[in-house]
Amino acid sequence: MQHDNLVEIEDVAFDYGARPVLKGINLTAKRGQVIAIMGSSGCGKTTLLRLIGGQITPSQGTGRVAGESLGELDQAGLYRLRRKMGMLFQFGALFTDMSVFDNVAFQLREHSDLPEDAIRDMVLMKLHAVGLRGAACLMPAELSGGMARRVALARAIALDPQLVMYDEPFAGLDPISLGVTGNLIRRLTDTLGLTSILVTHDVQESLKIVDYVYFVSEGVIVAEGTADDIRASGLPYVHQFVHGEAEGPVTFHYPAAPYVTDLRLGEQSA
Amino acid sequence: MLKQAIAHLGNRTLQGVGRIGFAVRFFVAILLHSGTAFRRFGLTIREMYFSGVQSLIIILVSGLFVGMVLGLQGYETLQTYGSEEALGILVAMSLVRELGPVVAALLFASRAGSAITAEIGLMKATEQLSAMEMMAVDPIARVVAPRFWAGVISMPLLAALFSAMGIFGGYLVGVQLIGVDEGAFWSQMQSAVDFEQDILNGVIKSVVFGIAITTIALFEGYDAPPTAEGVSGATTRTVVTSSLAVLALDFVLTAFMFRGLS
Amino acid sequence: MNKTILDLWVGLFVIVGIAALLFLTLKVGSMNTVNNSDSYEVIARFENIGGLKTRAPVKSAGVVVGRVAEVRFDNETYEAAVTLRLDKRYAFPKDSSAAIMTSGLLGEQYIGLEAGGDSVKLKDKDRILITQDAVVLENLIGQFLYGKAQEGAPK
Repeated sequence: MQHDNLVEIEDVAFDYGARPVLKGINLTAKRGQVIAIMGSSGCGKTTLLRLIGGQITPSQGTGRVAGESLGELDQAGLYRLRRKMGMLFQFGALFTDMSVFDNVAFQLREHSDLPEDAIRDMVLMKLHAVGLRGAACLMPAELSGGMARRVALARAIALDPQLVMYDEPFAGLDPISLGVTGNLIRRLTDTLGLTSILVTHDVQESLKIVDYVYFVSEGVIVAEGTADDIRASGLPYVHQFVHGEAEGPVTFHYPAAPYVTDLRLGEQSA
Repeated sequence: MLKQAIAHLGNRTLQGVGRIGFAVRFFVAILLHSGTAFRRFGLTIREMYFSGVQSLIIILVSGLFVGMVLGLQGYETLQTYGSEEALGILVAMSLVRELGPVVAALLFASRAGSAITAEIGLMKATEQLSAMEMMAVDPIARVVAPRFWAGVISMPLLAALFSAMGIFGGYLVGVQLIGVDEGAFWSQMQSAVDFEQDILNGVIKSVVFGIAITTIALFEGYDAPPTAEGVSGATTRTVVTSSLAVLALDFVLTAFMFRGLS
Repeated sequence: MNKTILDLWVGLFVIVGIAALLFLTLKVGSMNTVNNSDSYEVIARFENIGGLKTRAPVKSAGVVVGRVAEVRFDNETYEAAVTLRLDKRYAFPKDSSAAIMTSGLLGEQYIGLEAGGDSVKLKDKDRILITQDAVVLENLIGQFLYGKAQEGAPK
């Protein structure tokens, strides 16, 4: 039986030493959907992605991907599962000592014994899908940020995964690359039958393409819903985030002692 | 104040011991994940190009000069005792036993070791290692182990080249320039230098140095904080730590190898 | 970097490296180390070995035929018992003699083996009976002075 939910996260918590990052997160991603996890910087979004990828294990709760429980897998099992996943890192994380072609061919060469001709065809297909077939011979250092991101995307889908995760796919891109990348994610999800999970704080761009959004703040999910739900949401936090307002529940100041006490104004007057 | 100093010392000691523990576990992990480095030997060959072939120039030139200096200095000292013919022994013994393995290792540490640390550190900082893990490829097997074995294979070859070049340099200065008898130079050398005692021990030394340097370099890179300062600090630490390790190991190995010689 | 060129360089590097090792082994060192399997040991006793050390060469007619394996002090006879490890290819008569010689005036000391005339050859653990001690420079000078003094005396 095929699970309808490809990713199921139940009551997951995680901490770096004494600092709790995630406190009881529930999240599901259905097959064929584009899911966005949004929230301000440093709220634990990337940690959540690393949990789904099995790079870290939660201190509490369970995560399931494609019906397999992440905590119970050994190294070999985890590696088997990861072949069904692709991940796009924030700045692409292309292997700098290999050409674009070799980067995309990397997984094919590592995990299969395909002849070089077949690999060549598959790599060119993937590169064509992201519109960079002509850049196959370039080195990563010769690419712009947006192109590197697209090559990394071609690399992530090289083994036709069921799940692709994107860590800040829109960060640092110009408006044109932004639109191109967004459309690409949607199109690839639909044509290849993927499930995509985006971690982002770019609300406007991602709301155009996603099916379902989770808002994370201080380690808990504060809001969820479809793109329209979110736009219409009356929750102060979501409203502040979607409209990019300076005033709201998220304050400009990092928690600190009262300003007056810090400046020792009280002491001097005493 | 004193309490603080002692606590600080204790803290540093614990950290140091902890790091050594991590390094040892890392070393064992490299050995356990070495299958790929041999099954796909092309990966190791590629790294041998970067650590071995690219160190050739510095090793050959340094070896030549060290040998030439040995020839000059040795001649100055030996002629006071009227035994210039022993120049061959002096040059060959110093090089094969000590200078070859040790100086080649120090050069290797600063030339190849630092490069390895910087490369691995940057791969970590730019998430290339994480990306590899997410692609179900073990970075220890794919990235670290080939570099380790490339270093371990290259080191004795470089040390041998250093010694050979040095002996040639000593020959150039001693025989060609100063005019020590050529026959005496080679024959005295041959009768004094022993295969097992001198050459084999020199090779063993350089293999041990190769293991130490590459392990330190790889560990520092793998352990480096993923920032610019982190990587540059790790590179410096590689050169310092591995040079000290080479000299200390050299003392220990020499004590074991030549103790029997009264 | 083209893979073929890279392979070529590494191959060249390995060849040159091995050549250097061979050069060290054959040209710089002497490969004729006598190892345990094809050698035999004989013992020679000396009253004074001078500066003889283990691994000093054993030469016959100037050719290295073995090495000193062990130097030991015998507490009963108050002599030095020197074990010589000789190459099996060379057999010596039983009445051969061993002498401690010096190469050059201040050079290293070695053992010179002089073949005798016996038809029976030396076997493993045999003893060389005829030995000649190391020449001690002080004794030599002493003898010389003594001889000079005697030369002058009758006149």
